[in-house]
Amino acid sequence: MTNSPPRSVARLADGLARGDYSSVELTRHYLDRIAALDSQLNSFITVCAEQALAEAAAADACRAAGKAGRLTGIPYANKDIFCTRGVRTSCASRMLDNFVAPYDATAVERLRGAGLVMLGKTNMDEFAMGSSNESSYYGPVANPWDLARVPGGSSGGSAAAVAAGLAPIATGTDTGGSIRQPAAFCGVSGIKPTYGRVSRYGMIAFASSLDQGGPLGVSAEDLALLLNVMAGYDPRDSTSIERPDEDFTRLLATPIAGLRIGLPREYFDQHLDAGIRTCVEQAVKELETRGAIVCDISLPHVSLAIPAYYVIAPAECSSNLSRYDGARFGYRCADPLDLNDLYCRSRGEGFGAEVKRRILIGTYVLSSGYYDAYYRKAQQIRRLICQDFSAAFENVDVILGPTTPTVAYRSGAHRKDPVTMYLGDIYTTAANLAGLPSVSIPAGFVDGLPVGMQLTANHFDEARLLGLAHRYQCESDWHLRTPTGCN
Amino acid sequence: MAIGNDEVRAMAKLARLAIEPDDIPGYAEHLSGILAFVARMDEIDTRTVEPLAHPLDLSARLRPDLVSEGDQRELFQSLAPAVERGLYLVPKVIE
Repeated sequence: MTNSPPRSVARLADGLARGDYSSVELTRHYLDRIAALDSQLNSFITVCAEQALAEAAAADACRAAGKAGRLTGIPYANKDIFCTRGVRTSCASRMLDNFVAPYDATAVERLRGAGLVMLGKTNMDEFAMGSSNESSYYGPVANPWDLARVPGGSSGGSAAAVAAGLAPIATGTDTGGSIRQPAAFCGVSGIKPTYGRVSRYGMIAFASSLDQGGPLGVSAEDLALLLNVMAGYDPRDSTSIERPDEDFTRLLATPIAGLRIGLPREYFDQHLDAGIRTCVEQAVKELETRGAIVCDISLPHVSLAIPAYYVIAPAECSSNLSRYDGARFGYRCADPLDLNDLYCRSRGEGFGAEVKRRILIGTYVLSSGYYDAYYRKAQQIRRLICQDFSAAFENVDVILGPTTPTVAYRSGAHRKDPVTMYLGDIYTTAANLAGLPSVSIPAGFVDGLPVGMQLTANHFDEARLLGLAHRYQCESDWHLRTPTGCN
Repeated sequence: MAIGNDEVRAMAKLARLAIEPDDIPGYAEHLSGILAFVARMDEIDTRTVEPLAHPLDLSARLRPDLVSEGDQRELFQSLAPAVERGLYLVPKVIE
């Protein structure tokens, strides 16, 4: 390709349909960029060059035969938490360094079925446990806006790859903010759908009542297009929502006049960086100019979302990760003395420090004598948080606030104290506890670093959320800025 | 509530996690910090609140009791660290 292709998937799809370029040319373009730039970023764990070019050739043949869909031939990057048949699926852990998945995750199967081309598997925090992408067995990921800073996590590789133009769109998963927070730190858009929208079949489990897959991309329009492919009922996931498929792009053209937007007082608290506050308040003013009705609201229990989250998520993690036993797949220690030694050393050597911390905390809060004080208490708070949101959605359509209290911080800043890193999830975890759809979109810059604005809606209201985000992006250009060095 | 070295060892045993002796004080410190942080939950009285396990009111779906998976033993065992004659090998359990 002589010229750089457009950044957004919507425009790339138009170009493919017009014949401006083929999928093979497009795929080669991204593979070349990965080869040239990813040594600095480390956003991919595995690049599937040969397979991607074969898939692209198949997509071009499909188009030539007149059978192409809207996204046929569009390349994408896949978070290395989604199982991919025949391709290593490591979850960024030594435990699964040798694991070649024997089947495709449902989300992957759907992307493949729609003709998308998988460029490779992106880096992440080990088992999605982290907010800085520093816990990966394959090394940290750098933020394309400042290589000395973190890209956020856990879907940090996906966010960095999209921001740097190494892929036009990517998959991610969000258990407590793992799509929205890296999207905010890297200046891209990302959506965590309603719990149960995207099948968890083949998506390696961290905390099953919170985990939800979704896309990270350049624009809300692109998120809607990819969500159309990823979402849908799946009988293989017992928590998949049984609802008819819907078109998430259907409200993109709807004006925002009359839309009721609530600003939770608790999200504009003393923890919030003053520069981020200014950006978000400016965005709110612009939405008001377009006819949105803005009011203050309160979510009285939301300040307890992170404490409750850091009980519930580790509890579920300690249970889910008990499957890694060194016997059937994954890492096995050398020369085990007996079966117990095999379990203990395979797990001790296969898991990194943050994963071990969470397994230990989860084991503690579920253990006899502590269950009521921690786990039951956290579940009670979870109900109160859900009730806060239900009450708020009686009066507003969308809840708006910052995605993160700070912009991307320097690598290593929170290495000594995990709790200070957990506090970065202060505005994101509540949506997971309540199962709500929530999107982060770029809303400005502080000191040259991207700022994310978070929009949250009631269950199943993704289309409205993406409609509002799209209308904002029609009037702003924050989402179109690119980091220098990645042009 | 502070966690001491003994509690870390006890949890590690329950979770079947080998932890280097030198690392135990570090885990005790981090876990104590996390527990002190989550203790903020005690700020409110929840005695009358029903616990919530799942964000959406879902009931477990039933399906017909039919075989839905084929035999993929060879494929699955190709991922195992050690197999013999179709069996997963582990160290001897019974003397």
